[in-house]
Amino acid sequence: MLAARLVRLVATILVVSFVTFMMVNLLPGDPINALVPPEAQNNQEFVEQLREEFGLNDPMMVRYANWLGDAVTGDLGKSVITSQPVAGEIWRRLPITAELALVAIGFSLFIAIPLGTLSAYKQGKRVDQSISAAAQVSLSIPNFVLGLLLIYVFAMRLQWLPATGWTRLTESVSGNIKSVILPALSLALAEVAVYTRVVRSDMISTLQEDYILSARAKGLKDRFILFRHALRPSSLTLITVVGLNVGALIGGTVVIETLFAIPGLGKRLLDAVFQRDFLMIQGITVFVAVVYVTINTLVDIIYMLVDPRIRKKV
Amino acid sequence: MSSFLPSWIRTMFRVFWAMPLVTKLCTFWLTTIILAAIFADFIPKLADPSYQGFLFGTDVTNDGQSLHHWLGTDNNSRDILSRLIYGTRVSLTVAVTAVAFGTFFGGLLGSFVGYVRGRREAAIMASIDVILAFPALVLLLTVVTLLGKRNLLVISLVVGVLAIPYYARVSRANALAVSRREFVAAARAIGTKDRTILWREVIPNVMPTVLAFALVSAAVTVVLEGTLAFLGLSVQPPTPSWGVMINAARADLRINIWPVIWPSLMLVFTVYSLNNVGDWFRIRTAHKTAAL
Repeated sequence: MLAARLVRLVATILVVSFVTFMMVNLLPGDPINALVPPEAQNNQEFVEQLREEFGLNDPMMVRYANWLGDAVTGDLGKSVITSQPVAGEIWRRLPITAELALVAIGFSLFIAIPLGTLSAYKQGKRVDQSISAAAQVSLSIPNFVLGLLLIYVFAMRLQWLPATGWTRLTESVSGNIKSVILPALSLALAEVAVYTRVVRSDMISTLQEDYILSARAKGLKDRFILFRHALRPSSLTLITVVGLNVGALIGGTVVIETLFAIPGLGKRLLDAVFQRDFLMIQGITVFVAVVYVTINTLVDIIYMLVDPRIRKKV
Repeated sequence: MSSFLPSWIRTMFRVFWAMPLVTKLCTFWLTTIILAAIFADFIPKLADPSYQGFLFGTDVTNDGQSLHHWLGTDNNSRDILSRLIYGTRVSLTVAVTAVAFGTFFGGLLGSFVGYVRGRREAAIMASIDVILAFPALVLLLTVVTLLGKRNLLVISLVVGVLAIPYYARVSRANALAVSRREFVAAARAIGTKDRTILWREVIPNVMPTVLAFALVSAAVTVVLEGTLAFLGLSVQPPTPSWGVMINAARADLRINIWPVIWPSLMLVFTVYSLNNVGDWFRIRTAHKTAAL
């Protein structure tokens, strides 16, 4: 079972890398144009030499095989603009984006689980209705709009937190915490809305189970029942949804890192996009897709481990 | 009196009256911006969205609200209200294209594979899963960059094509459920051809759900276009778009926040309205399908 899942994962990764490679290489716009300075565009000899150097003259499948062979050994090529190794750039920037994403997930779960639980407990009451309404509003606020408002209020007016930039954890712990709060909050809001809804609906069905009734009959406190008896069985869908949302979160980091000038992976991708740095775009896109697919497979596996019923069914 | 009106208009009114107040307001807002986008050129006294009055000494940059400029001016002294109205065109064009592509291609494809099942379904769903393996914004960024040209047509087409897999997945799930219903079995039992069943029984019953999804997906599309524009990757200046306006105004955030606030409000209202009306239709069609 586990083996089958892993084989599927490897197959998906191969296909995803192939599609990215084809996309970058087949779409109009010769990548060579990014390499050749405008004044050398007419120098055929020079252009040919460059094509040869980057292997752009080989047939597409040969180029893909070469690229994939190198990629497996951790070599994603060099940036055509700065000639830094792509893999090195990814490693250097990954911790920043990962921290941002994890803190955002942490914030959103920290807010969403109590809200969703409360909403289910007070199902149909005014509290539940207000939480649902608030969730719908917060789903409608694009993350960059929220980010700008947070910058305006907390960085410009109140001056509590920095508006832009990033302090690495190794440099200063408090500086790092200060620089992660606003961007993580901007990313978290939309997730809060989604997770609150998920927790609410799962919790409502759990609360109708017999063992909740018997716990109540024993005279246990409601709060204890909610968080000790009902939360765990209600969190299965939540795990899946968190996994599925990683895709949206990665997209979100591109925007939020740009807005807050954070030197993460998303910012690097966008810079590469503007410079038409095709090897960098290809490397980061494949890397991101692989991470996303892997996380979803892991979520499936965790799901199987947590819930024995699914293990048997599948 | 109402019998003088054609029946589809009466149906529209009936649907409208059945909505809760907030949903009514949302429908009203959407109707307003659609009309404003279509008839922007005919609104009397609406300023030229690209007119930079400070160059000729007639207007001031970053001006507050005034009788002349109801919502003030931006950092190039252009009229914000006018740019908001013309910017609506960009958001709505992208949203409508995505909905049209998604509903037509995605809806038909999903209904087809959901009904026929088997090897064709497996093959098509596998290729759809590959596209869904990319985070949407990252894929969109890559494609938009590689295409080089960034005008309204290109952006709309790219967003439209990328919307197809999402619609296909939704409509396939529904086609699977519809195909198991008694009326499909009955049609098959009396010897109706598969093609006829698909067009007469499956697709008409899948479409209401797909259309409810379309409203919610239009909301996602409006945010996506806004995000691309904010990153400088959507339509290029001087074409106004809400995202472009926010991006241009954020440099002067400290001096004047209003040029950021107005387009942000337009985005939030529009996205909220699409979500709200979409949710309402989804719940309504779910009840109807259950009663089928």
